[in-house]
Amino acid sequence: MLRLAQNYKYFFLVSAVLSLASITFLALWGLKLGIDFRGGTLLEVRFENQVQAGRLEGALREINAGEFLVQSTENGGFLVKIAALAPGALQELKQSLADSLGDFSEERSESVGPIIGKELLKRAYLQVVLVAAAIILYIAYAFRRVAKSSKNNALSSWKLGTATVIALIHDLLITLGVFALLGRFFGVEVDSLFVTALLTILGFSVHDTIVVFDRIRENLQNHPHKEFSALVNYSVNQTLSRSINTSSTLVFVLLAMMLFGGSSTFFFIGAILVGVISGTYSSIFIASPILILWQSKK
Amino acid sequence: MARLAGIILLAAFAALVVFDSLGFAGLDKKFPYRLGLDLSGGAHLVYEGDLSNIPDDDKKDAMSSVRDVIERRVNAFGVAEPIVQLSGERRMIVELAGIGNIDDAINEIGLTPFLEFRVEDPDLPPEDEAAAPANPQFIPSGLSGQHLRKADIVFDPQSNQPQITLDFTSEGRDRFAEITRGNVGRVVAIFLDGEVISAPVVQQEIKSGQAVISGNFTVEDAKTLARRLNAGALPVPIQLIQQQTVGPSLGVSSIEKSFTAGIIGLAAVGIFMLIHYRGRGVVAVLALLVYAILNLAIFKLIPVTLTLAGIAGFILSIGMAVDANILIFERITEEKRAGKSPAKSFREGFARAWAAIRDSNFSSLLTVFILGYFGTSLIKGFAVTLGIGIVLSMFTAITVSKTFMELTLIRRRPE
Repeated sequence: MLRLAQNYKYFFLVSAVLSLASITFLALWGLKLGIDFRGGTLLEVRFENQVQAGRLEGALREINAGEFLVQSTENGGFLVKIAALAPGALQELKQSLADSLGDFSEERSESVGPIIGKELLKRAYLQVVLVAAAIILYIAYAFRRVAKSSKNNALSSWKLGTATVIALIHDLLITLGVFALLGRFFGVEVDSLFVTALLTILGFSVHDTIVVFDRIRENLQNHPHKEFSALVNYSVNQTLSRSINTSSTLVFVLLAMMLFGGSSTFFFIGAILVGVISGTYSSIFIASPILILWQSKK
Repeated sequence: MARLAGIILLAAFAALVVFDSLGFAGLDKKFPYRLGLDLSGGAHLVYEGDLSNIPDDDKKDAMSSVRDVIERRVNAFGVAEPIVQLSGERRMIVELAGIGNIDDAINEIGLTPFLEFRVEDPDLPPEDEAAAPANPQFIPSGLSGQHLRKADIVFDPQSNQPQITLDFTSEGRDRFAEITRGNVGRVVAIFLDGEVISAPVVQQEIKSGQAVISGNFTVEDAKTLARRLNAGALPVPIQLIQQQTVGPSLGVSSIEKSFTAGIIGLAAVGIFMLIHYRGRGVVAVLALLVYAILNLAIFKLIPVTLTLAGIAGFILSIGMAVDANILIFERITEEKRAGKSPAKSFREGFARAWAAIRDSNFSSLLTVFILGYFGTSLIKGFAVTLGIGIVLSMFTAITVSKTFMELTLIRRRPE
């Protein structure tokens, strides 16, 4: 049996260290933005003739493509990233590459103008803020009867909402920190899919916290005179096997998707995986102890 | 029992849809999956119209005319099922699916001429009368590519030079008459792709709805220009601001990989449920199968456009569906531990688990709704499949899982 009221300091310490590390990484290195946010062009090609990376780089310099990066891909092709190439110029670039190096098949390409990138980034922030606000409101509404049922000490449903959002910010921070680290040392970029992953984490984190709070609500109704911290502790332990089982099945699914789902969604699924693990931890070890602390202060 | 029959019928129907086996029922209709460009291969292009010179009232008109012109061009190019749609006030999205000719089609869109008639700016009279004709200030006249009906080549009977005649639509004819009436003795310039190609001085009002471009064309140039104009001319310049293409082979390998990942993920969940929950695990696995088949059938029937992000949303929703079953099972176990009879612990366990399932899924639906409303098309694809999955998971939890569990109770009752 977990003893939250006694041990919460250790749990908070773990989270505080991880969150601070994440904030430090973000402040030091930031996230490495993908071309959807930064603007630029990405082109994955496979040449019909044998072409060395050096020749491709030479050809790109000759065209004056500006700052670029050439990477070999697993299937013998190349991934070319060009920072300043506008979408309109992509067709021309492909033509000149074909002229100097021979025909190639285009596996994929993506070209984003700088205006769109800024817009997408703005929209991504907006979405995260909106979802967080909507969740506080929803929880305050869904748990509105809690306040009446706890006779010894009024537990406002706004506190539940706020605790949920603290847990959620914790999960987002850690995921962002992991990607700041990955970006710094492995060049992993964040793109629109990453924002989708963040929003999914948001949803899952809340999903998990609600399941625990739901049990607290029920126990408050059935045992109105029990001491609050014991009651929260009891509720968390009751939902513990569900939390662990659900998270493990999700982790199975996500691992399968990471290992077999191909490279295009690898980091997308990876981000969700980090968030799911953090979300399970925070609903048990962060959100619930916060309630205990909050109630005991008054 | 009626509920069980209903579930079996529903699942059977869904299975027929999923496996394209409606043929035996005399319904030869097939419902294929609709694949997004990242899976089928194709190009996603976003253009932005420059509306800075267009009065507010005409903006909508100008953009829909842009759409019509581009749609005609793309259709003529023989790309299968192109999608051309406006997005927001100034944007146009062009989606070209499948293989072949995509590069050519993109180039062709880029060649669409932007035709505009401009008049001298009455507020800015040229200061130096002598220099005026060489460098007058022009402003848009409201007559542009969208009013063009047809372009033809004719030869000037005197000089034998090729000229191009422009035939206007009825609205264009009225506007042209108005413009010429108000500008007798002044220059009306014809701009093509932002450059003056002809700047005649208006002699008198022209009511016929015909204008002549008499640049110094070679016959070849004139022919090319007439062909370009006849394929449609734009009322405003457009600029490609985003382009995404996926080759067909990458799409196919993405489908295969997500399919494998989905099957392996499902199998892993099934094995976990069977080991951990034994007999009830069978119920969960059956419920999950019904859930997956219903979901796929809905994807086909609506149809939902499936993308990589969309498939991720679907697989994630499987996680939510499993969670519903786990919540129910754990709760029933607890009630039993409290010493209640199997039937009672089932009833109460189910009812209590439902509150948690409902509240947690509603908050997820809220997230999905915001994503679907404010998201980009990629995020929308994810939101749609996740949303359908969440609603279905609640549905299968209260119908399928519940009914199957009741069955196991009936069987046990004689013990």
